[in-house]
Order: sequence, then C-alpha cells, then structure tokens
Amino acid sequence: MSATEPWVGRPLPRFEDDVLLRGEGRFLDDLSPVAHTCHAAVVRSQLAHAGIVVDVRAALAAPGVVGVLTGADVMALSRPFPAGIDSGTPQYATAIETVRYVGEPIAVVVARDRYLAEDAAELVDVDYDPLDAVLDPVAAAATAVHDRTFAYGDVTAAMAQADLVLRQTFHVPRFTCTPVECYAVVADWDATEGRLTTWANFQGPFTLHGVAAAALGLRGDRLRLLTPPDSGGSFGTKSSVFAYIVLMGLASRHLRVPVTWTEDRLEHLASSAAATGRTTEVEAGFTADGRLIAVRYDAIEDVGAYVRAPEPATLYRMHGSLTGAYTVPNVGVRNRVVLTNTQPSGLNRGFGGPQLYFGLERTMAIAAKRLGLDPAELARRNLIPADAMPYRTPSGALYDSGDYAACLDHALELADYAGLRTRVEKARADGRLAGIGIACIVEPSISNMGYITLAQTADERALTLPKSGNAEGASVSINPLGGITVRLATTPQGQGHRTVCAQVVADTLGCTPGEVTVMSEMDTASVPWTVASGSYSSRFSGVAVGAVQAAALKLRAKIDAIRAHAGDENLSLRRVAGMAHWNPEGRPAGEEPGLSAVAFWAPPTLDPPDDEDRIASSAAHGFIVDICAVEVERATGQVRVLDYVTVHDAGRLLNPLLADGQVMGGFAHGLAAALYERHVYDESGNLMTASLVDYLTPTAPDIPALRIGHLSSPSPVTALGAKGIGEGNTMSAPACVANAVADAIGRDDVELPLTPPRVWNLLDHGDGG
Amino acid sequence: MTEITVTVNGQTVVEQVEPRLLLTDFLRHRLGLTGTHVGCEHGVCGACTVRLDGVAVRGCCLLAVQTDGSVVETVESLAGDGPLSPLQAAFKRHHALQCGFCTPGILIAAEDLLSRGHPSHEAIVDMLSGHLCRCTGYTPIVAAIEEARDAPALARAEEPAG
Repeated sequence: MSATEPWVGRPLPRFEDDVLLRGEGRFLDDLSPVAHTCHAAVVRSQLAHAGIVVDVRAALAAPGVVGVLTGADVMALSRPFPAGIDSGTPQYATAIETVRYVGEPIAVVVARDRYLAEDAAELVDVDYDPLDAVLDPVAAAATAVHDRTFAYGDVTAAMAQADLVLRQTFHVPRFTCTPVECYAVVADWDATEGRLTTWANFQGPFTLHGVAAAALGLRGDRLRLLTPPDSGGSFGTKSSVFAYIVLMGLASRHLRVPVTWTEDRLEHLASSAAATGRTTEVEAGFTADGRLIAVRYDAIEDVGAYVRAPEPATLYRMHGSLTGAYTVPNVGVRNRVVLTNTQPSGLNRGFGGPQLYFGLERTMAIAAKRLGLDPAELARRNLIPADAMPYRTPSGALYDSGDYAACLDHALELADYAGLRTRVEKARADGRLAGIGIACIVEPSISNMGYITLAQTADERALTLPKSGNAEGASVSINPLGGITVRLATTPQGQGHRTVCAQVVADTLGCTPGEVTVMSEMDTASVPWTVASGSYSSRFSGVAVGAVQAAALKLRAKIDAIRAHAGDENLSLRRVAGMAHWNPEGRPAGEEPGLSAVAFWAPPTLDPPDDEDRIASSAAHGFIVDICAVEVERATGQVRVLDYVTVHDAGRLLNPLLADGQVMGGFAHGLAAALYERHVYDESGNLMTASLVDYLTPTAPDIPALRIGHLSSPSPVTALGAKGIGEGNTMSAPACVANAVADAIGRDDVELPLTPPRVWNLLDHGDGG
Repeated sequence: MTEITVTVNGQTVVEQVEPRLLLTDFLRHRLGLTGTHVGCEHGVCGACTVRLDGVAVRGCCLLAVQTDGSVVETVESLAGDGPLSPLQAAFKRHHALQCGFCTPGILIAAEDLLSRGHPSHEAIVDMLSGHLCRCTGYTPIVAAIEEARDAPALARAEEPAG
C-alpha cells in the first residue's frame, strides 16, 4: 500500500496481540494493584426463595479470617441500587433477611488468602425458612411490576383491513454469553478521606458507576473506578460487576482492609447476569400481496429476582426499531416486566435484539408460507427502500443510511439462492428434512441514553430532567520526546480499540500507528468520560472514534499553527513537540501552552423521547441479511447447518480484519442461542445449568463455516461513517436458523434453543404420536 | 507443607506448598507466571492448559504436589525473549484472538498437537473442542493452526510490524 493511503480501512493486525500471545496480558487477577489485600469468598443462597437467619460465629473463629460482612452490615452501610423503575423489591448488595434466587450473595467472608476464605465461608450457618418460588413468567404477568402500552398509527383499523392476520407466541429463553474470564474486583476503602478506590473488569455503561456510587452513598468523585489493561471478554456480561464493586467496597469499608475477589465459574453461572427471557405474542396483519401493514407485540419480560439497573433497558433498547427493516405504518406494543426467583438480568450481546427479531422474523417466515410467497420475495416487498433514507420509523428511530434491497440481492447471490433451493428440494425428494431460513434485520448501534426513560409515561418524564444522547471523551497528548498517548474510556474486552484508535490518530496527525500508544486502562479520576462511556451497543466505531478524532484534530490545528509560526510546514512532529514543551514562550499568539487535547463527541440525532413516546433509540443502523440451509436428522432431531451466508452493511469498515472478527464472534453467540444455550431452573428454582458441563456452549466442531459479504453505506451521523457490527448476527442467527428448521420440519412452533430432543419431539414419526 | 521440585519453563524451582494448592495457583500466584489463565476450575474451558512432561493437561485439575519431579511448560515458554513463535505469529495474522484470555491454553494445546506430527483439519478441530473461546467463533484459530502446520517459516517471516 502506498504511504499516503489512509491507515483507517486497512486490515491492520492488532497492537494488542503480542503481549496476549506471550502470556503477558494484564488481567485483573494477574495484578496486585494494592499491597496486602485480603481475599473474599461470597456465601450464597442455596434456595430460590426463603427467609434467612445467618450465624457467622464459627466463620469468625476460623484460621486466617479477618471478618465477615453480613446483610445487616450492608443495610447499615449502603442503600438499595437505584433502577429504571420502582419494582417494590429493593436490591442491596446482599440479601437482607430474604433470599430471592439461588446464588444470591448472603455474606462475604474475608481472610488472609482465598483458600482460608472459602474454608470459613463453609462455616457460615444459614437457616432457611423456605417460601414459594415464582418461576413461570407468564403466570407472573398478573403481578407485573411494569406495564406500559404504546401505539403508533392505528393498529386496530389496519388489522381490520388486513387480508391475513397472524397471531403467535414466541419465547426467547434466558441465556448468557459466558466470557472465559469471570468477574474480578479489588476494593480499597480510605477511611480518612471517605473514598473508595476500586479496580474491576467493568465494561460500562458508566451510568452504572453512578448506580454503584449511589448505593455506597458516595459522591461521584469519591468512587474511583479503574479497569486493568486487559479484560477477558464480556459481551455485556461484565456491566453487572458493578454490584460486586459495591459489595467488595462495603467489605473493605467494614473490615478496614483492601479486599480482592475473583469470581469462580459456578458463581458466574448462578449470579453474574443472564439475558432477559421474553415471551411475546405477535399479531401481524398482511395484505394479500404481502404488505405488512400492522404489527402488535405483547411482551412479558422476565428480568429475574430484581429489576437491576439498567433494566428494564432490554425492553426498550430496540424500541425505535420495532418494525425492523420494514415499512410498517402501524405498531402497537404492550410491555410488561415480571420478577421471578432466578438470577437478575443484565446486558448480553444483542441486548433486546434477539428477543425482538425472533418474533418478527419468525412471523415473516410464517406469513410467507401462508401467502404462498418465497420468504426472500416477502422481505423484498416490505424492505425500506433506499430512496426513503434517512427513514423515520413509526416509533421514532432515524435509520441513517442503507440500501436494503441491494444487500438482499448480494446475499441471495452469495448464497446461490436458486441453487440452494434446488439442493434442498433434492434432499427432500430423497426423504431428508432440509430447509432454508432468511432473516433481514436492522442492527442498531450507539444507544440513546434517553431510551430507558420510555419506561415512564410522558407525564412522568416531564417531572424529571430529560435524558438523551450518547457522548464519549478521549484525550490525545504528544510527549516531549515524541510519541503520542491516547486515553480512552471504552474499557475494551478484546475488540481491538487500541489498534483502531492508533489508525485514526495516525491519519489525523500524519504519523504511523506505531507512534501512537493507546491506553485501554480506564480511570474515572483521570480519563475524560461521560455516563455513556464503556463498550456496549457497538458504540466504539461510531462514538469513541469520533472523540479520539476530535481530540486529534484539535492537536492537529495547534501543530499546524506552530509549524506556520516557525515558517516550516514540514517541521517534524517530534520537533513540534520539543518546541511546545521546552519553549512554550515561543508559541504562536493566542495558543495555549502544552500539546495535549481533550475532546468529547456525540452523534447529532439522539434526542430525548417526545411526548408521543417516539424515540431515536440508536444513532447508527447497519443492515444484515442472513441466509442459511439446514438439515434435521430424522432419527435424533439434530440440526446441521449446511451453509450460512451473512451480508452486512455496517457503513465504513475502519479495520476489515477486526470487523470480520466481530461478525464471526457475534455469529457464534447467535448460533449458540439458536442451538445450544439456555439457563434451566427446576420447579423449585434450582439452577440446573450450574457448571460448564451442564451449560452447553458451542466449541469448534459446532460452528459451521460462515460466508461473509459486505456492502457499505457510510453513516452520516458518525464521525468516520462507521456503524456498529458486533451484535448483528447475535440478533439475526437465532431467527434465521429457526426459520430454516421450521422450513425443514414443516412446523411453526419451533422454540429456542433447537436442541435435538426438542426438535425430535416436533417431528412426525409416522406413528400417530 | 510439602517440598516440591519442579522444572518450570526450563528453570528448576524448589518450593514449600500446601498439599491442596492447585497447580494453576502455584504457577500464577507463587511463581508469577500469570499467562496461565483460570476460566472454570472444573476442567471444561481449557484456559489453564499447560504441558506436564510434554503432554497438554488441565492445570486447574492438578495439585502442585502432583508435579513434583516433573517438567512444566507454560505459555511464557513459547517465545521466551525472542520473536513470536510461528504459531503465535499465525494467530496474530489470522486475528485468531480477541480478548486473549483463552489463547494461552489453546496455544499450548496446539503446540502439543503440532509436535506430534501433521494433524488433519479434523484433528485440529477435534483438539479445539477441548477449549472454549467466546470471541472468535473458532474459525480463525483453526486457520492459524493450519498455517503454522503448513508454513511455519511463512508465518514467522511475515509477522506484521507493530
């Protein structure tokens, strides 16, 4: 490549990789950020719902024990976590007199080392008085803690005019992305200053820093939160580590020692965070020629035992995109949130997308069958046309760019759709069960921090300060002896932010990426940040890159001024840096001394919800068409993916190597949700998927080859035209695979995950059963 | 306490350990070799994989005392102070790691497999079934191991400049 070609857009391998490959990564459990830390072990509930009486005397007498933090201490030292809605069931960092799910923290034992802490935790005596457990979310709907309806257009009138009205209930179970590194927290209470310093592999959003500070009763500056350079995956899951930041902070405060805690896998599966479970009745009205003219959702959202911040966000993250990729003028929604005696929900890759699109895209497939149309043709008749962009959906999203029909064409061509149909027909003629699935979805990215306020009515919102936007900060500094340092607040967990930021800064300042050191460590005391900071809603490429570029542009202007002042526009960066640092009195008139810039950036389209409950819930909108073919083994119900094609329009790709990595990773999570993963609780609320032996995640032989295509409609609302790409296939794959399985076995009532026994039970075994 | 003598990455260490100390905790917290990661502590995820007397094993399912008199190799041994090994370089070229947490265990297991001959695609995929990676979808990992198998010199020669 030529020297003048931009670094952005190149498939540059990552700066992150060398230390990770050598085993020199710095994950939190690798570090000892404070001397003389003691180790915590958490005592957890063994019942789903019970009154508890706790006796810690034996634990306090055990060898090496520093002390125990109990529910009584937690209640005395802290407040309940604030949440998006008041559910009437406040949540503290531990259970207070009543446990509400298996795995809920009851007490924290702190000892000289982890082995001794776990020994003593066994000695904490918990006397349980069992209570009835609520486990069926649909049965719990009568006591929903949140119930809101929304109407856009006239759904009732449109349904009356429809030639075909479909009504079907879809259920998306609770599953979890299980990063290979579990949670980790170090907490160090400074009693003299009344200040808590914590290190955690937290991933944002930093709204949750505020939630943690509020629970601790601390002013924001008195909760300093740092993240280590490396974090072992998250996919949303590590947002909920905030609850343990509070718990370990309280343990440190109560026992006056620095405390370290690294979660084990059994704790993680029982009590970190899983996606919500959602049961949705979808009603959809079509004209005879296949136009979807009205859709109505009646959603029951299972958030587990507590409404934990940022819930009920999973229900509202997709609110602007309720109509997916289609022009549907009339939309109705009823959203209910229910509590069950299961682990609380939290962020999980796709966050609301799998729940929405499973219902919508299954409905499209069923409608195609009823209307006698090919599903690709039905999609084409309803896709938002390219000349309608930018397009405002009825519920308020502003789709920024895209040519959906072109993506569909590209996917059909890449899949050799006609050939695939022939192949499936031949398999069927041979007596085999084969089918094709399609999913066309909009992948929103860069969430509007105001969407959660849709949980309130417009009248309720009018009584509070408006919430909106998604802003990010960054700093770029040039050092006295050359070299550039970038600081970020995106808390990456493997996405390659350091590499992409180096590419962006190199283009802006006219250097090489190798001259740019990007610090991935977050520190709320020194890195520019906002409540929206962190890695979620695939916001990095749109917003964080915008902040980094804006800071670099400020520096660039200053560098240009110094060069002009020196009369040499080719003055090297290193010389400019030397002049700025060593001879500030020689700077151009009107310029500040120093050579460092801080900037914040936000997309321009994310207003608060309006009085009609319309919300631009995300800034950028990618588009995805997935096509897959499957075969179902008649004897076992095993689903085998024969081919899977995905075509993305994620705007401008900043680093195509990393973009494809995100696609493949998102697909693996989507396929996992389609075929393997769900949390199972028994009728008493015991977690049956409590280890990685029982919670089945796919491994290498389970992931089919993925064929990826890209088109590019640059976003007009992000700094470099990029859109998020990390979550789309997690949203689309469950629906696409389910559509293919339904096509293969001729049933509409397929459920996730499509495990062999479930699929086998749906097959016609020719025995009348 | 029990005294053990173990050769770790070429260095002989003599340590007093409690009989219940896990090998992973011994490596990470006693010797400071934090490249060996702990993902499940029940033998499923494979992040803790090390070589014990040349054979890939789960570090989390062994006690340190069981390695007395043995040779242990961890991810830190693969490149030492030199350039990335051909396998490591291939991982970088193929973007076969994202968060990098599962990577050390996979590298150790792949080195073990490659040291035993010329594994087929199926054998590589089968070996990987003992490891969880939640970031990459595995496909780039398979590609990287195949490249290291077929053209180790290429992988090293074309290691991209940082």
